[in-house]
Amino acid sequence: MPKTHTKTKFPNGLTVLLKEIHTTPLISLWVWYRVGSRDEAPPLTGISHLVEHMQFKGTRRFPAEVMDRAVAREGGTRNAFTFLDWTTYFETMPADKIDLGLRLEADRMTHSLIDAQELASERTVVISEREGHENEPMFLLSEAVQHAAFRVHPYHHEVIGDMADLRTMQRDDLHRHYRRYYVPNNTVVSVAGDFDTKEMLGRIRREFARIPAGPTPPRLSRTEPEPRGEARVRVEGPGETAYLQVAYRFPAASHADFFALSVLDSLLAGPSNLNMFGGGGISNKTSRLYRALVDRQFAVGFSGGSNLTIDPYLYSISITLHPKRKPEEALAALDREIARIQDEAVRPAEIARAIKQARANFAYGTENITNQAFWLGYAEMFASYVWFESYVPKLAAVAAGDIRRVARQYLQPRARVVGEYVATGNGAAR
Amino acid sequence: MSPQRITRGGSRGSLPGPENIHREVLPNGITVLARSNFSSPSVTISGYIKSGSVLDPDAKLGLADFTASGLMRGTRRHSFDALYNALESVGASMGLDSGMNTTGFHGHALVEDLPLLVRLLSEALREPIFPSKEVEKLRHQLLTGLAVRAQDTADMADMVFDGVLYRGHPYARPEDGYPKSIKAIRREDLVRFHQATFGPAGMVIVVVGAIEPRRAAAVVRRTLGSWKNAGQRGCEAPGDPRPLRATIQRHHRIAGKVQADIIIGTNGPRRTDPHWLAASLGNSVLGQFGMMGRVGKSVREESGLAYYAYSNLSSGLGPGAWTVSAGVSPANVQRASALIIRELKRFVKSGVTREELADSKANFVGRLPLSLESNAGVASALLNIERYQLGLDYYQRYAERVQSITRAEVLEVAREFIDPDRLVVATAGP
Repeated sequence: MPKTHTKTKFPNGLTVLLKEIHTTPLISLWVWYRVGSRDEAPPLTGISHLVEHMQFKGTRRFPAEVMDRAVAREGGTRNAFTFLDWTTYFETMPADKIDLGLRLEADRMTHSLIDAQELASERTVVISEREGHENEPMFLLSEAVQHAAFRVHPYHHEVIGDMADLRTMQRDDLHRHYRRYYVPNNTVVSVAGDFDTKEMLGRIRREFARIPAGPTPPRLSRTEPEPRGEARVRVEGPGETAYLQVAYRFPAASHADFFALSVLDSLLAGPSNLNMFGGGGISNKTSRLYRALVDRQFAVGFSGGSNLTIDPYLYSISITLHPKRKPEEALAALDREIARIQDEAVRPAEIARAIKQARANFAYGTENITNQAFWLGYAEMFASYVWFESYVPKLAAVAAGDIRRVARQYLQPRARVVGEYVATGNGAAR
Repeated sequence: MSPQRITRGGSRGSLPGPENIHREVLPNGITVLARSNFSSPSVTISGYIKSGSVLDPDAKLGLADFTASGLMRGTRRHSFDALYNALESVGASMGLDSGMNTTGFHGHALVEDLPLLVRLLSEALREPIFPSKEVEKLRHQLLTGLAVRAQDTADMADMVFDGVLYRGHPYARPEDGYPKSIKAIRREDLVRFHQATFGPAGMVIVVVGAIEPRRAAAVVRRTLGSWKNAGQRGCEAPGDPRPLRATIQRHHRIAGKVQADIIIGTNGPRRTDPHWLAASLGNSVLGQFGMMGRVGKSVREESGLAYYAYSNLSSGLGPGAWTVSAGVSPANVQRASALIIRELKRFVKSGVTREELADSKANFVGRLPLSLESNAGVASALLNIERYQLGLDYYQRYAERVQSITRAEVLEVAREFIDPDRLVVATAGP
């Protein structure tokens, strides 16, 4: 495989990945911190996400409005995301303007103010964000399922955190969290686009190399014990539509079984779209579960997929029930399909199809510079970029026997949570 | 993943224009536009035919939407499953959906599968058979969609807003209908609606991707060039709604929700209005630029009342709407509404400052490369050119047009459409 990118480590521990793409005069810059909701414990759940919000409130050099205005004026776009394992910030800019992004990111790695007064108003913004989620039945259901799936591991709470903690955490809590995790030796910078690698490395060195390393932050990790039986949760809420979510414990993204499980997911629920940006996507109307659940009218829609995580997480199938069906009927139909893939050999043509679908999704992903810079850093958060580059070849190496084996091993009722959203009608109170 | 194909020169970084867009009108009335992009081995198609919800009879509201959803449920040559199997097996995707004045389609595939994609589009548009069994399945899915809509505060605020702003006008009616009207639609209605309104006259199709434009147009010509429908009914955008005489407030109660959605606004310009660009720049200052413009600054940044608060100019072939939306805690609806109306008053009293206008102009021009990097982005630009008759050199002259807009023009168009004493204030929530 020809070399497609470079990976460099600065003396202060900062890891830099660069990928030249000269198809369009754009550059996308991402800064990844190894901190997410899994590094939080009560009463500070949601702190990583709230710190991310406060990173947009500015520094002495770049007050909030100056930052936003500068990027927007240059025709750039910027945003940030907090997930279970990481927090990330990006700017995609016209290629000749990327220095601005580099300056802003280097500055806020160390100089964010986290002002108490600013926190007071941003706290209510995030509370409002959570209330918006709480309006959605699927959020209420998956929060309950996630909590039931993890008693010990800190994957047990939603990234946004619990309302009780959002209301009470203080400025000093946030500042401590920020100072502990936002150090160069806990950071990956990924840049893709229209630049010369040597020159870009020089620019990044100028902005980031003088930031001193800090103590390497420990990651919070408490191993979740093996599940000892199926867990059931019920959530009640307004509406006429019932939902079902079934979540199986899945291995980490770096586990050898992950690729066989990806093919399994593709056969059951349709190909996952790995492109966070730039569209693509393939429908799932000929997947096994569509035929079993939607075609046979147990459901009006469904989706399935796993997350790419450092520690074992979940493979979730979310089902919008057909108005005339009961949850047990849909669950029985799901179980019949799972039994089929555990008992019957998968035809090689089905695997070949999954590979072609993955190849197509990769092609769609290369239309977009932001998506490529995203992957350059994202893969480093749970494995390495080599994981991403070898994804299609690794899928192609999966054999029918592997699929049956992983289906039997991981899709066990004793290792799952079944969650049900019970719709109490349009007039009912919560 | 394969290394990028580098196309230095050629289309790299150049804007769409007469020298790189191929445009031809087929004898049957279909307009084809094509542009190449060799940055990825993929291709996108996008376009519309002139059939839409404005043609729905009142008692069968949702008929255009139902028809569009039914096009891929079976054709003379393929069953629903066979049709999707052909698409999904090669990692391609296609969708059709109806709007007020047109029914749109969009699809993507690896470039070698473009002929297949266009052939399946042609089948869906020309030869749908609406099998009874599939129509009934679809009906349940649509009805569930309406039950979900009834629980969605943003959707319901939007519906209430349109109902008031466009009272007595076709745009007052929801495109996806009501449960009663969806139940009233028979299979024969779909067949008749399709026969009467689907045809090549006025159809536009855009192809963008790793293929020479003339070859792409030839694929379309071969497949859709023979389509005829002598009885095709026209579908013209309706006239303007009655002006508002006073501010009208409406609340739609949805029990059990924790957040309310607010939409405040009035009529807006059509996309073909000569003052549209001035309105669009003004709208950017009002509630888009940086962190959602003046509205974002007031409602989110300074008051901490909402996670999202922004303004939107919704302009198409028919009469537009100029709105401000926010999601807030029910206790803060009055306060947020007052802040929004205060910003609207300020906007029509003193317009935008020189600095604000310069910022938004820089943003509009600077973001062009980003909006045109993917096949879908270019396809959307080409579709805009054709739909609104902007001229093939529109994007090449775009910077010049943007720079020519003055503060006085922004103020004039703001005053033409926005009267802070005549607004619709629609809310949905507990």
